[in-house]
Parts: sequence; C-alpha cells; structure tokens
Amino acid sequence: MKIHEYQAKQLFHEYRIPIPKGVTVRSAAEVRQALAGLGHIPLVIKAQIHAGGRGKAGGIRIVNGAKEASRAAEDMIDKRLVTDQTDSEGSPVNHVLIEEALETVKELYVGFAINRENACVSIIASSEGGMEIEKVAAETPEKIAMEMIDPSVGLRPFQVNRLFYATGLDSKLSKQMSSIITNLYRLFMYKDCSLAEINPLVVTKDGQIVALDAKLNFDDNALYRHPELMSLRDDQQENPLEVEASRHHLNYIKLQGNVGCMVNGAGLAMATMDLIKHVGAEPANFLDVGGSATSSMVREGLKIILSDKAVKLVFINIFGGILRCDTLAKGVVSAAKELDINVPLVIRLEGTNVDEGRRILADSGLSFTVAENLKDAAEKVSAFL
Amino acid sequence: MSIIVNKKTKVVVQGITGQEGRFHTKQMVEYGTKVVAGVTPGKGGQNLDGIPIFNAVRGAVRETGANAAAIFVPPPFAADAIMEAAEAGIGLVVCLTEGIPTLDMITVHQYMKGKQTLLIGPNTAGIISPDKCKIGVMAGYIHKKGRVGVISRSGTLTYEVVDQLTKRGIGQSTCVGIGGDPIIGLNYLDLLEMFEKDKDTDAVVMIGEIGGRAEEDAAQYHSNHMKKPLVAFVAGVTAPPGRRMGHAGAIVSRGVGDAESKMRILKDAGITVVKNPAHIGETVAAVLGQ
Repeated sequence: MKIHEYQAKQLFHEYRIPIPKGVTVRSAAEVRQALAGLGHIPLVIKAQIHAGGRGKAGGIRIVNGAKEASRAAEDMIDKRLVTDQTDSEGSPVNHVLIEEALETVKELYVGFAINRENACVSIIASSEGGMEIEKVAAETPEKIAMEMIDPSVGLRPFQVNRLFYATGLDSKLSKQMSSIITNLYRLFMYKDCSLAEINPLVVTKDGQIVALDAKLNFDDNALYRHPELMSLRDDQQENPLEVEASRHHLNYIKLQGNVGCMVNGAGLAMATMDLIKHVGAEPANFLDVGGSATSSMVREGLKIILSDKAVKLVFINIFGGILRCDTLAKGVVSAAKELDINVPLVIRLEGTNVDEGRRILADSGLSFTVAENLKDAAEKVSAFL
Repeated sequence: MSIIVNKKTKVVVQGITGQEGRFHTKQMVEYGTKVVAGVTPGKGGQNLDGIPIFNAVRGAVRETGANAAAIFVPPPFAADAIMEAAEAGIGLVVCLTEGIPTLDMITVHQYMKGKQTLLIGPNTAGIISPDKCKIGVMAGYIHKKGRVGVISRSGTLTYEVVDQLTKRGIGQSTCVGIGGDPIIGLNYLDLLEMFEKDKDTDAVVMIGEIGGRAEEDAAQYHSNHMKKPLVAFVAGVTAPPGRRMGHAGAIVSRGVGDAESKMRILKDAGITVVKNPAHIGETVAAVLGQ
C-alpha cells in the first residue's frame, strides 16, 4: 500500500525524524486560512499524488509569500496531475502540502527496502540525493553505501556509523544522522514497510538534517496487524475499476490494450497477456480470479472487464485445479445473460470437470467461441482482430 | 527416482482441520500420498478419516515418524508453523499459505539457517513426483511419470505447462512450485542442482516470472554447473513496471526484474528460451529430440 508524502511525514514526525514546517490543505479556502498573516517568505507547494515524477510535471513549485502560494496551490487542487509515472489521465490532486522552503547546502539519500536475494532488510545511503537512486547506482556506484541488516540482531551502530562516513558529512552531524537512520529503521520494522525512503534528506544552511521528501510503502500482507494504517489508504489514487475489483476480492490491473482477459492464477494471467501480445494485440487488463473463485466472482470480473470501453474482445483462460470448470462456466453464463455482451468471447477451459463446464457453455444457447488449448485459443483470438 | 519427495515421504498436515487443510488432505491421500498425521492445537487425540491429529508437530513426529510437513495454516500463524516443523526435525516443509508478511519470512529464513530442513514456498502449489507423492494443491491427474523436471514460481501456469508436456507424452520426474513471494525457501539454484544430480531427470523446464533476480542467477548457475538442457519461460512481458501482478513477488521494481532482460540473460547463457507460452511443450519435445 502506498500513502501520500504528507501522511508519511506525519509518521516521520511521530518517529522523531525532522521534517520541514508545513500544512496540508484540501481547498482554496483552507489555503487562504492557512497562509493568513504569513509574510513574504519562500514556500514550497507540493501536489499530493501517489505517483512520482511530480517535480518535472509542475507538481512542486517554489513561491514567495502567501499570495503566490495561494495561487499555486489553487492551481493544483482538484485538478489531475500527469507525470511520467502516471497514465495519460494523471492522478487527482486532492491535497496540497505547503512547506517552508529551506536553504540547503547538501542533498543526501537514505532508504530501507527488502533485499530479496539475501532475505533481509537493507539500507542504502548516498551522498547524491535528489536524483533517482537507480541512476546513481548505475552511473556512480562508488557513491552508494549499502548495509544488509542481520535479522537476529537488527541494525547495528557500527553499520550506521559506516553509512554516515560514506556520505562524507562533517563529523558534527553524526549524531543527527544516526538518530534519523535509527528512527527510520524503527518505523520500517514496526509498521511492516516494504520501502521507506528519504530523497532528498538535506543538510540546511544552519546545520540541521531534515527530510525534504518522504516515501513509505507498506506490505499488504501485514496490513491486518496495522489497523491504524488503513485510514491512510486513498482509493482515489487508484483506478476506479481496480478499486471496484478489489471490493469483490478480484485482482485486477487496468492496462492500455483492447483484449480483456480473465484468468485463474497470477502466473497464467501474465502468460495469457503475453500470448495476446504474441498474436499482435495488447491486453486490456490483468485479472486473476484466484483459485477459489465462485460463480459470482466470475460474473463481477466479467462486468469489470466489460465496463472498460476499450475492450473489443474477451478471452477467458481457465486451468481448473481448485477452481472447477463447471463453476466457471456457470458464472460466465449467468453474467452473459445479465449483461449485454456485444464483443466476442473466446473461452478456453481445461482441468477439473472440463467436460461438464463445456456442456454448460454449449447448452446455454449463448454464442461463445470455445478453444481446445492455448494454441487454439491464440488462433481464435487472433481471428477476431 | 525423483527429487525431494517419493514413496517414502510421510506427511504431517499442519492446519488439517481447516477448510483448505481438510479438502487437500483428502486429495493428497487419494493421489497416494502417505499422510500419517495432522496438527491442530486443541484437537489432539481426534482424527480425520482415520488420520490421527496432534496438538503439536513434535508429538506427530514422535508417534508417526512423519518426515515432511504440509502447511495450510492462515497467514498470521504460518511463519510460526514453519519454524515449529523445522524445530521438530521435519526434513521437508511445504508451505502452501499465501499472504505471509515479508518481515515474518525474513525471521523464518534466519531461523532455518544451519538447520537441515528444506522449505518449499510459501505461496506455492506444492511439489509432486508423479505416481509417488504429492504435497500440495495441484490437480494430480494432469501429471504423468517421466523424466523432465519442472520448477516454477506460479501455480496454474505450471498446470498449463505440465498439461502441454503430458499431452505430448512427456512425463515429469518431479514438479516443484518454489512460490510467488519475495522471500522463499528453496530457489531455482537449489533445485537445478538436485535435478542435475538426479539420474532419472533428462531435462528441466523453468517457469519464471517478473520480479527479483532469481532467473538471472539460475542462468549463471546453468552455464557454470549444468550439463542437462534447460528450457525457460518468463511470464510478464506485458506487465507494467511498478505494479504487483498478483504474486507478492511479481513486480518490476526500480528497473530490476523485467521479463525481457531476464529472457535475454537466459538466452545469452545458452538456455532455450520460449517466448510464446503455447509453445513450451513442443519446445521441450524438440530439445529432447522427440
């Protein structure tokens, strides 16, 4: 789960990680109220969306004084912001963060993440903040310091020390930096983060280290033990069809193509999307109905696929193991009767109770194209395009 | 022969009285797997269709000689169940549970270091040596005994591949789902090594997907240590970066783990890469000279 920068900064504050003074506003009226009486000081106006790339897209602006700030904030609120990391429609800006602009002398990077290969949490620190860390790692790997954290003892002071000296900062900043790194580690572990990143972490002109940005992602599998985090979820940052799908326990991701697909199992769903590309088309979505889908889930899934107006053909690919083909077939037939389907439907069924499933489709009186196997399905999909 | 599981495997099912545990225990027994015990705290002394239930794994091992565990315990308790089985001296733990928090799996991984227990999963369909033993949730009947090893990160995609093989008369020695999570037990490397040593495996099929670097490591391992042919498929060419594609571990993150680069690295290592998922069976047949 992703959260907004202003929410991450509230958590930073709870965990005693210094952040700039600021206020989050939701409307023009709130902007004027928040800035009333403020003199002619430099401010940063930051649009709050989950996607990155805000700076280049005009979602972060530096202004002088309340008047300019109000204008900039009002420009952003209730608009959509398109960045190189959003889709072409962009993400809605419902919150704007207004912060004091700090005079900085140095930008650093600090980030905790899960290290899959070593099965541990790792931390990266770099003297090159404010850029994409992947770029720094690729171009100037000597400017990256990494520590693997032994889960039996946690992050050790000697590691924090090593990271600090790798950043090349003046020794008198060591105490501040150690405290920030240690507190961010505590936050990562206590809240089951999958990513906790400060980019940039800045040194101000008067020698303070402050988190100018804040990014926290949480492990979805661990949310059950953090009910306090659930209120931070912002559905509006997600595609409405994806939100609707998750309500029915369906795993749906909207894509840009025109062949809708419904599959059981994530791996087979990806392979099915790849197959669609192989026949010269593009998948309209990823949809995994899961191993224990009921016929009502199948019906809801089909509804969601069809509500994407770009869809010109639906390909249902089910390899029934736990999910039985007859269950699937009943769901498809009931959905087809309820919905007005004007696009061709290619169905490939295999596995448990396949004969019963095929019989239900054949007896329904509805027109489906049934494929024998994956190869046959590919040909039949391609024939409709 | 086969790897890891065979006719001597004796299984204790942890979480045997839950809906999933109960259903799949029945399926495993029907397939011929020796399920010798079940564990559900508080239900010790009872039995399920004649299978004795214990309160803890230790008792089950002592009384029945179970040497493998199948875990159907819900996510909040599954990490603990893995550690309990390892502590009780179980040689193989297959964790079917999906949705275990990543930090819990880091603890498990640490706990298992230095122990002899092999862990498969979590978030796996399990392992099957056709006609000998099945520990998992896969449909048994699509498999056929034979000489091709299968390793995969996904469930139903493995059924698809196995089905393509079986329909061409190509049987399998052992099929292993290593699991779709970011942190798992046995990985490709461990299994490639076992298949390379197994006298009854002639070739291996690897079903990869986006996320992490496991396929890249496997490519390197194959060129340095293996003589047997490897056929690889990587799912997710069309997956958008930064999105988690169903499996917790299936995500192209920060430029790492996309399908195209995985396939390129595998191909450069001399491995047969199949691009079209409908062509996996025929490619394996060609590699075997059939």
